[in-house]
Amino acid sequence: MDKTAIIRGALIVAALAAATMITRFLPFLMFPRGKKIPGYVEYLGKTLPCATIGLLVVYCLKDVDVWSGSHGLPELIAVAVIVVLHWWKGSSLLSIGVGTAVYMVLVQTVFV
Amino acid sequence: MNKEKTAALKYGFPRTIPVMVGYLFLGTAYGILMKVNGFGIWWVLAMSVLVYAGSLQYVGVTFLASMVSPAYGFLMGLMINARHLFYGISVLEKYRGLKKFRAYLIFALTDETFSIVCSERIPARIDREWAYLWISLLNHIYWVTGSAVGNILGGFINFDTKGLDFALTALFVVIFTDQWKSQKDHRPALAGVFCSVVCVRVFGSGAFIIPAMAGILAILSLWYKGKKKKEAESLG
Repeated sequence: MDKTAIIRGALIVAALAAATMITRFLPFLMFPRGKKIPGYVEYLGKTLPCATIGLLVVYCLKDVDVWSGSHGLPELIAVAVIVVLHWWKGSSLLSIGVGTAVYMVLVQTVFV
Repeated sequence: MNKEKTAALKYGFPRTIPVMVGYLFLGTAYGILMKVNGFGIWWVLAMSVLVYAGSLQYVGVTFLASMVSPAYGFLMGLMINARHLFYGISVLEKYRGLKKFRAYLIFALTDETFSIVCSERIPARIDREWAYLWISLLNHIYWVTGSAVGNILGGFINFDTKGLDFALTALFVVIFTDQWKSQKDHRPALAGVFCSVVCVRVFGSGAFIIPAMAGILAILSLWYKGKKKKEAESLG
């Protein structure tokens, strides 16, 4: 790697780090300690966590194609196993461990 | 280590195990990907320590490989990570009062760390700030370790890991289920899933996050307005 490429690369890393930090720090900069959080933002603080986790679940499954390949069956089965197991036993590690194992078996042996 | 710190570590560590599995695996894959594109250990460490944002780092491999302009990288970074704004707002109350590690905790607020922290009700006997620090720091260490190992050993690993990254999906599904059980009002959770699914269909999987966030905000704002109106009516 020559010197200009290293500098350019370092600038890209710095830009990505700066952008990430802005998205993480901005809410705290807008509402610093001592400043009263408006009712609207407080409401968002209570409702956004559930909505955002919903978004993250979809984010993980966004590339599942229901119309071709395995039709999203491995994902559907594994998610169902996790929800049922978690509802029943309530142990996060058990639900995640079994769910992941089921998924791995499905994509490695059943839906290849 | 004194008792308080150890107790917080004992409390925090088990909660990070699913993330450990996911981060070691995804981190290793990232390290290999960087190596394939000609970027060695120092690049990987710089990215995983300083940027510490999974999806952006994956996209960042292509930025580095084609040496895009830093300004373009910056804008893409803002867009891909815009969802972090929601995390900040969600843990605003939790993190505002903290003193010692506040800056680091905010810096290290990834999808996975957020998902653990936001649903956690830490018992009074545990030092809250230390528990948050352990959870955040352990996750950061898993990610850096995974990516470094992948970069150094890339090519030697041949255990069939296909599907292992599902651990992170499983983690989010578990937290979703927990929140569902603990909340009386399921509308926010449903709004999140609904907006995201609709936006994946409409905008495609690569561009759905921003419209989905806008949709979620719009729906929640409408509900907030309705709630305010009801409160005003019951007062007057």
